[in-house]
Amino acid sequence: MNLFLIAVSAALVNNVVLSQFLGLCPFIGVSKKVDTAAGMGGAVIFVITIASAVTNIIYSQILVRFDVTYLQTIVFILVIAALVQFVEMVLKKLMPPLYKALGVYLPLITTNCAVLGVALLNVQKSYGFVASVINGFGTALGFTVAIVIMAGIREKIEYNDIPESFKGTPIVLLTAGLMAMAFFGFSGLIK
Amino acid sequence: MSKSLDCIKSGIITENPTFVQMLGMCPTMAVTTSAINGIGMGLTTTVILILSNMMISALRKFIPDKVRIPAYIVVVASFVTIVQFLLEGFVPSLYDSLGIYIPLIVVNCIILGRAESFASKNNIWLSMMDGIGMGLGFTIGLTSIGIFRELLGNGSVFGFNLMPSSYQPVTILILAPGAFFVLAGLVAVQNKVRLTKAKKAGSEISVCERTDGCASCTNALCSGKAYTLESVMEDKKATKEEKKASEEKKASDDKKEVE
Repeated sequence: MNLFLIAVSAALVNNVVLSQFLGLCPFIGVSKKVDTAAGMGGAVIFVITIASAVTNIIYSQILVRFDVTYLQTIVFILVIAALVQFVEMVLKKLMPPLYKALGVYLPLITTNCAVLGVALLNVQKSYGFVASVINGFGTALGFTVAIVIMAGIREKIEYNDIPESFKGTPIVLLTAGLMAMAFFGFSGLIK
Repeated sequence: MSKSLDCIKSGIITENPTFVQMLGMCPTMAVTTSAINGIGMGLTTTVILILSNMMISALRKFIPDKVRIPAYIVVVASFVTIVQFLLEGFVPSLYDSLGIYIPLIVVNCIILGRAESFASKNNIWLSMMDGIGMGLGFTIGLTSIGIFRELLGNGSVFGFNLMPSSYQPVTILILAPGAFFVLAGLVAVQNKVRLTKAKKAGSEISVCERTDGCASCTNALCSGKAYTLESVMEDKKATKEEKKASEEKKASDDKKEVE
């Protein structure tokens, strides 16, 4: 039950984009169409879940054991960059259909602050292995929900009459603000 | 000497990272709930920017071209770790309120962007000046957004109550949605300025290139804006041929984005 709470809290209550402002670049950049947004979301779920597992193992088995936890920022960012490259190669070799679906989005994720953010949050909240993976999965799920909803709204917004200077990014940000307000409703779920 | 002053001036005014280049928007939105947080985050980033610019400039002849981005990241991450410990030791209150956004300075577009576009091509002194200019520009941006949000959202600036007691604070401005609203207004104002400038000059608007991802982007919010300006200009004066050409360009841009 506790794990379930972690997942819900990561996905809805503390939504990674709408309340923590992580991963804003892809949220604004890749949310023009629903299917590309869904593809990006899928890739993010994949990478963040794996990255949470790997960084957790590295943190508890290497950094803590040798008492060098202060290296976490450097180690995490390098591990994540290497991991994304590695995942890309493995997918290309072993699961071509999945690679075809997610491949183009993978390089974009390397520098997504959400991945590093989740890894750091896992350490900060001292989650164990399972909790870290669940937290990572929940966070990425929250990202996907947000970006897909945003893409759906943006497809409709295209046809609206928006003041000239509000076209493009400003209206997307305003919509995101309204979505953030809507997501406040979830905060009642967990005390 | 004048060259180094130019560097500082361009960082603070003509190429201000927050108001003109719109870089590093993740920390901008997250930490500007109060003026003191804004100034803290700005100064922290400034220190890291100066140090990393100097280090990268000193190493620019030794870093092989192919592995330069990972090398930059290691340099920046090292300085971030050092500064994080200094903050934890000497300014624990700021450390607590900035929290996870301090280690996330590693993936801040401004720092890697300046390393790539300035420090890797210029000498140590100029890189340091560039770091000071850009850092101060970022600090001014964050602080003024912080003052705005704190004043309207909480009725105070730097913790001092300024508004009359009858003022009902607009609390939403210091919550998450407020960050989006304020930034939306900021980008809209910038769009407005660019549109009027372009209309006056009657020239084409330069379209900036962008790849997605925080560290690699030269301008995170650029794509939406470029798209807007393009379509607006199209409506205004484009002939059919131009329209066709720009559509083709858009298609190739989309392709680029996916790639």
